[in-house]
Amino acid sequence: MTIYNLYIFDRDGQMLYYGEWTRKKQSGMSREEEAKLMYGMIFSIKSFVTKMSPVDLREGYLTYCTNKYRLHLFETPSRIKFVLNTDVGAQGIKELLHQIYTQVYVEYVSFNPMCPLNKPIESELFAAKLDEVVRQSPAYASRPA
Amino acid sequence: MSRQGLRPADPKKVSGELFTLTYGSLVAQLLKDYENVDDVNRQLERMGYNIDMRLIEDFLARANPGRCYDLRDTADKIQQAFKLYLGVSPSIGSWNPGGDEFSVVLETNPLAEFVELPDHCLGLRY
Repeated sequence: MTIYNLYIFDRDGQMLYYGEWTRKKQSGMSREEEAKLMYGMIFSIKSFVTKMSPVDLREGYLTYCTNKYRLHLFETPSRIKFVLNTDVGAQGIKELLHQIYTQVYVEYVSFNPMCPLNKPIESELFAAKLDEVVRQSPAYASRPA
Repeated sequence: MSRQGLRPADPKKVSGELFTLTYGSLVAQLLKDYENVDDVNRQLERMGYNIDMRLIEDFLARANPGRCYDLRDTADKIQQAFKLYLGVSPSIGSWNPGGDEFSVVLETNPLAEFVELPDHCLGLRY
């Protein structure tokens, strides 16, 4: 099981952070364009799923799977979105994303008065802690699947 | 609010009294700096707004409340938050007939525990 990369978007769609652990193929476009594309897709899929879903869902967690990777979306009620790409067989990602939110984002961004809320996160402490949490999780293995 | 005997539980917890005293000295210093009660009120409101922007993330992370279904739900969540952060349970009342306004009433305000406002500060929204 591997974790490929992570995007964090704020409520207006601006990318706050991009973290990468294993990425074998680049998308061929700049980081900003890729972020906009990702956000646009997330927004459309969320809206589509909410309209078409046969059951009522208020979870804030969404995942889709291709035969190469699985994308997980975790959205907080304050509309901060965490998008994580992992390999197909990853388990327990919802808990991992919740853990990233509570232990890393809230502690190192929300509580840090030097971190402005609507700008990209530049805190190295945040990056270090995020890396630590991801590497420690059972879903991460150093051997790409 | 912690008392002497319960100290070891969480190193991040601070005594409630220390918090009250810190807040009091903050307001006193603001009054000394600005000397104008309206300016101080404005600063306090801005500070409160900025604190809340960040505090809401913590509340969502800890209590994981989910979306609010309607205004009564919102009132309940506000009550929950007060309990979590200040340890007081406010009462929710005075619902207007349309059901879109309500009051949150604090019986005791832990921030104003040792405070007595002098006469020239009567307009201060402590």
